[in-house]
Amino acid sequence: MATNETTVSVAGVRVRRRRQIAGRQVLRHVLLLAFALVLLYPLIWMVTSSLKPSTQILADPGLIIRDFTLDNFRIGWNALPRPFSVFFVNSFIVTIGSIVGNVVSCALAAYAFARLNFRGRKVYFGIMLVTIMLPFHVLIVPQYIIFSQLGLVNTFYPLVAPKFLATDAFFIFLMVQFLRTIPRELDRAAWVDGAGPFATFWYIILPLMTPALATCAIFTFIWTWNDFFSPLIYLTATPAFTVPVALNSLLDSETQSGIGYLFAMSLLSLVPIFIFFVVAQKYLIRGISTTGLK
Amino acid sequence: MTRRTGPSFGRQGRAAHVFLTPWLLGMFLITLAPLLASLYLSFTDYNLMSDPRWIGLDNFVRMGADPRFWNAVSVTFRYVLISVPIQLAFALLLALVLDKGVRGLALYRSAYYLPSLLGSSVAVAILWRTVFGDRGIVNAALGFFGIEATSWLQNPATALSTLIILNVWTFGSPMIIFLAGLRQIPQAYYEAAQVDGAGTWRRFRHITVPLLTPIVFFNLVLQIIGSFQAFSQAHIISGGRGGPVDSTLFYTLYLYQQGFRSFNMGYASALAWVLLLAIAVITAINFLVAKYWVYYGDE
Repeated sequence: MATNETTVSVAGVRVRRRRQIAGRQVLRHVLLLAFALVLLYPLIWMVTSSLKPSTQILADPGLIIRDFTLDNFRIGWNALPRPFSVFFVNSFIVTIGSIVGNVVSCALAAYAFARLNFRGRKVYFGIMLVTIMLPFHVLIVPQYIIFSQLGLVNTFYPLVAPKFLATDAFFIFLMVQFLRTIPRELDRAAWVDGAGPFATFWYIILPLMTPALATCAIFTFIWTWNDFFSPLIYLTATPAFTVPVALNSLLDSETQSGIGYLFAMSLLSLVPIFIFFVVAQKYLIRGISTTGLK
Repeated sequence: MTRRTGPSFGRQGRAAHVFLTPWLLGMFLITLAPLLASLYLSFTDYNLMSDPRWIGLDNFVRMGADPRFWNAVSVTFRYVLISVPIQLAFALLLALVLDKGVRGLALYRSAYYLPSLLGSSVAVAILWRTVFGDRGIVNAALGFFGIEATSWLQNPATALSTLIILNVWTFGSPMIIFLAGLRQIPQAYYEAAQVDGAGTWRRFRHITVPLLTPIVFFNLVLQIIGSFQAFSQAHIISGGRGGPVDSTLFYTLYLYQQGFRSFNMGYASALAWVLLLAIAVITAINFLVAKYWVYYGDE
């Protein structure tokens, strides 16, 4: 009898303990969800507000849409001397150009640093690491002078051309680190089979590097799409605006009634990033985890 | 020397230079030359129209007596020193909670990370301006709790705090780095400690904390360097002016005004070099101090 009682009470403790753990789990989820809601509320509010008449946006911190309208999108799209389609196309040109430039030039440099023996490798590599740390602002004045002397202000060259010269050295470092995890036996085997450095790079290394190339492409996309400082400096004529510069210009001409279309266009500007976020999430998280990119 | 390990040294060297050509060109033309040019320009008076005029240290002397410069330094330091620790504290706290094995981890992680992804955009800065506007949702929420509305953006005492909150809001990316760091800690350490009778707190204090310090340090260096260079948010929120009363005049915003609004290219270059040196010194200090608190295994 005595033993039986003990088992019952032990089981009781266990059930209570399990309930306690379950209760704590629920509480944790409630807190985590509430926190996520607070964090994301402004973004959600922007989405619903963009679908309301301008006059109702500021007065209403809630999410309910009473008078649904797409006017903000219609008006905002044409609120500047050029329609937003122009700015989106510009942004895509700059972004895709930057991605191609970064991926190609950084992969080439990374292969040389990670796999080839040559005089001065250590020195070059050291210089490359230092350039990563360099704040961009210390270069922008002379760069601007050079590009304006060349008559390239209000073109995309100042934004895209440097990427083809591997100036985002961080990605070289990232790819070098990645290549170090790939066994050298693979390229040795290719060399023994008579392949030179170029064939080895093209047929062996490049396919193996795909995850690092993807990380590079994704972060280039996000940075370039959001970039404001350089486009603000180089693109001063409306037809050349990228989306962030266009939004800035829209903001300058804003009135109280303009908040609706400002929101609508801001929201549209975030859509490509959001889509990328959903599609490429796995790579994004892995990229940040391993490299500390934003 | 019979074992053939690959193409000859000379052949590899030639190939390496081909592979490195874009980078070498970029390094010299886009980075090194402008770096030296801006150093030279920092000793000149130059407005793009006439040739640069050598004025020695005048730009730096002028900086010392420039109240807007000192104000920008103060604003930037306050921004970095307040927002980065709070941001990292949030990141660490949530990483610890999520690391406990919460169901739906991927979903929470994404939700908390999304602000980091969008935070530097002009669109979010525009949203922030509205959220903290006189009739924005922050005042509405405060009003709900009976707290009086404030003109967040018009008041020099509060304008900077909206930007600090915006930076804290983007705690998601350091959080993900923390999560990855927590994953790296071998489970065996905790089990061994538990066998030795260490409770939750002691396990946290003597295993998690020391093994995580390198990640904290990494995040700290990265976020400090990044925050010193923050620009777009302040530009959008203050309409490019850094107001009210220069209370959001970030250093980079002042540099932009001097260089690309007033076209004082010499003075802007001097400002840029001071920024470079400041970041270098602060990073160096960070590394020096790291010796005393960052744990790098048994040495």
